[in-house]
Amino acid sequence: MPVILKLFFSFLQVGMFSVGGGYAAIPLIQNQIVNVWGLMTIEEFADLITIAEMTPGPISINSATFVGMRLAGIPGAVICTLGCILMPFTICLILAYYYYKYRNFSGVQTVLGCLRPAVVSLISCAGLSILTLAVFKNEQVDFHPDNLKAIEIGLFFICLFLLRKFKLGAIKIILGSGVVGTLLYLIV
Amino acid sequence: MNQKGTLNMKLLRQLFCSMFALSACTFGGGFVIVSLMKKKVVEERRWLEEDEMLDITAIAQSAPGPIPVNASVLLGFRLHGIIGSLVAVAGTILPPMILLSLIAVFYDQFRSNPVITTALTVMRAGVAAVIFDVVINLAKNVLATRRILYVVLMVVTFIMGYFLDISAMLIILLCLAAGIICVILEKVSPSDRREQ
Repeated sequence: MPVILKLFFSFLQVGMFSVGGGYAAIPLIQNQIVNVWGLMTIEEFADLITIAEMTPGPISINSATFVGMRLAGIPGAVICTLGCILMPFTICLILAYYYYKYRNFSGVQTVLGCLRPAVVSLISCAGLSILTLAVFKNEQVDFHPDNLKAIEIGLFFICLFLLRKFKLGAIKIILGSGVVGTLLYLIV
Repeated sequence: MNQKGTLNMKLLRQLFCSMFALSACTFGGGFVIVSLMKKKVVEERRWLEEDEMLDITAIAQSAPGPIPVNASVLLGFRLHGIIGSLVAVAGTILPPMILLSLIAVFYDQFRSNPVITTALTVMRAGVAAVIFDVVINLAKNVLATRRILYVVLMVVTFIMGYFLDISAMLIILLCLAAGIICVILEKVSPSDRREQ
């Protein structure tokens, strides 16, 4: 089977079975790319995950593009990414249709009402884990002074203040923190 | 929304640009991009109600595939049907596709460039601030419902997610079960909760 077809079927499965977001997809990708098809070594795969986590965008899309590009150039990148989103896209369209059809029914409202507080909690968990990565040098909750990153802590509070007080947009805050933080690191 | 058969190009362009910018600036995927999406779509653009955004998040989390892509499909569908979904997903996947293609080619230079690696790690502080801002607003609104059930669910699911490391999928399923039990209880004793 040509590499490009192998890649397409691999990422089709990754997209179909990675329920629960980014990190759930990593073992699936590893299994397909390293074990089933032998397209990458385990060291190359570890590099891939580091890069996919460091760069913006969903991890599975990042890995799909990266793997496709390394193994089969631009067509590979496109095929892998499309393979990865084909099933989720179809399933979500169907769910969207039913959600907007039935969401005003009282029973559906009651069930959705119980889901919303959970989503708030899940978002705050994500926020806490990225804050942990941002402000602790060893990337774990440990308030020893040597383990704290002063620049990041300062940036976090300034950004939060700007968001609460002046309602600045998300993109401005993130790009701004990147520019200011990098300049501070270069000066210090 | 829009009339059938006509394309609202302005809306589609705004949708594409919003998703493109969000996706280009979001690290860590999943709930990170969803909280930025909430800020952009609910607070800045006012395309959706807050409850609707939370529902979309729950659905995006429960369906297979990357959460940001799933959420874009739902948002796009709401704003402009299937075309909207295609446009929103294109906006979401293009930035990582372009970026990762470049990185795959210039792999060695990228990993050893100190400015790039610093910028990427320092930006996390800004991302965390945006999520906290969103969480404060969301949590306030859950408290404002004055429904003990919702507040308890929020606290319990937070403990499950943060301290017990229970997967997001399982938490959503448990709340789904709690919701279904509520519906059954309402059917059994309809006089109890008439305020809604």
